[in-house]
Amino acid sequence: MNFFVMRGVLMNSVWTFVVLVSLGFSVLYGIPEKVLQGGVSGASDAVRILISLSGTLCFWSGILRIAEKGGAAEKCQKLLSPVIRRLFPKTKFRGKITMNIIANLFGTGNAATPAGVSAMEGMDRENGQSPYPSREMSRFAVMNTASIQLFPTTVISILSSFGAKNPFSVVPLVWISSFTALSAALLAQKLLFKKR
Amino acid sequence: MIKIAYLLPLLIILVLCVAVRKKAPVYQLFLEGAEDGLKILISILPPMIAVLSMSAMLRESGLLAHFSAFLAPFAKKLGIPSEILPLALLRPFSGGGSLGLLTDTVKEYGADSRIARAACILCASTETTFYTISVYFRRTSAKHLKPVILAAVIGDLTGLLCACFLSKINF
Repeated sequence: MNFFVMRGVLMNSVWTFVVLVSLGFSVLYGIPEKVLQGGVSGASDAVRILISLSGTLCFWSGILRIAEKGGAAEKCQKLLSPVIRRLFPKTKFRGKITMNIIANLFGTGNAATPAGVSAMEGMDRENGQSPYPSREMSRFAVMNTASIQLFPTTVISILSSFGAKNPFSVVPLVWISSFTALSAALLAQKLLFKKR
Repeated sequence: MIKIAYLLPLLIILVLCVAVRKKAPVYQLFLEGAEDGLKILISILPPMIAVLSMSAMLRESGLLAHFSAFLAPFAKKLGIPSEILPLALLRPFSGGGSLGLLTDTVKEYGADSRIARAACILCASTETTFYTISVYFRRTSAKHLKPVILAAVIGDLTGLLCACFLSKINF
């Protein structure tokens, strides 16, 4: 399990490996300047891209905050509650689960994580702190590894900043793809879960 | 069928109407959200710099072309364009990194290309799977997570295949 906990370590070795190999190649092929310059211009690209994204991204974050705190999220919550009761019938922590799912739907991952982690802790206690995660814990974690965002704001921002004719046209495709991926993950979880 | 272009404006109108009826401080909420957006931007800048310079070096050295050419036959069988393979591999591990690679892909192939659309659908419909699992189980005593990880990866693969298939559709 520690392998996953050390995500930073993984990126560490990937990054170091790729940079080493690329620079090594550039020396072997006699194109050292080209590769190094490419790397440096990549870094300045990152800043330029981020600045060009920032307006659109902040605009959508603002709209999403209005949706989240202005009442639209509560309306969604009412619509969702029967679904959540069916997916998580045993736990007492449905409130936090709902908060987590709503925050995910509105793309505020920062708010989703604390509620989600605390729901997991609660369900862990309900599970007698067993080394085997309960059905509901597994289901909740799998749901969070799939994306259930209503507005893919980042993607829209990127497409519009690079001059797409209609950046919103991907939205329904993202919905279909997210829903299919989420269903597949939940189905796989159901089939793979073994009762202890 | 209503046109897609009307969808988001109508949703925003709906959101605003609900907020006004609830007498929510709409303007303050917008400012709060925009500030949050800035914070997110700042937090993803360092990984974006790291990954974009890495991928630029990889491309300039010609290794990326070799790598894609090597994987292309396998990918082709599944209907995956080999251009989005690096992104598909990075996506479950690093959020900022995959965002960097996504912008790179959109820039490289054009925002209206099929590859850009596939990359966008892929990124928006999957999550940083391994990171999420580690965060959500970090404070529990659960150790046997193989079924969870496997189910999550199946979800990611489904997302990848969906993205490749759906990107063929253009409105």
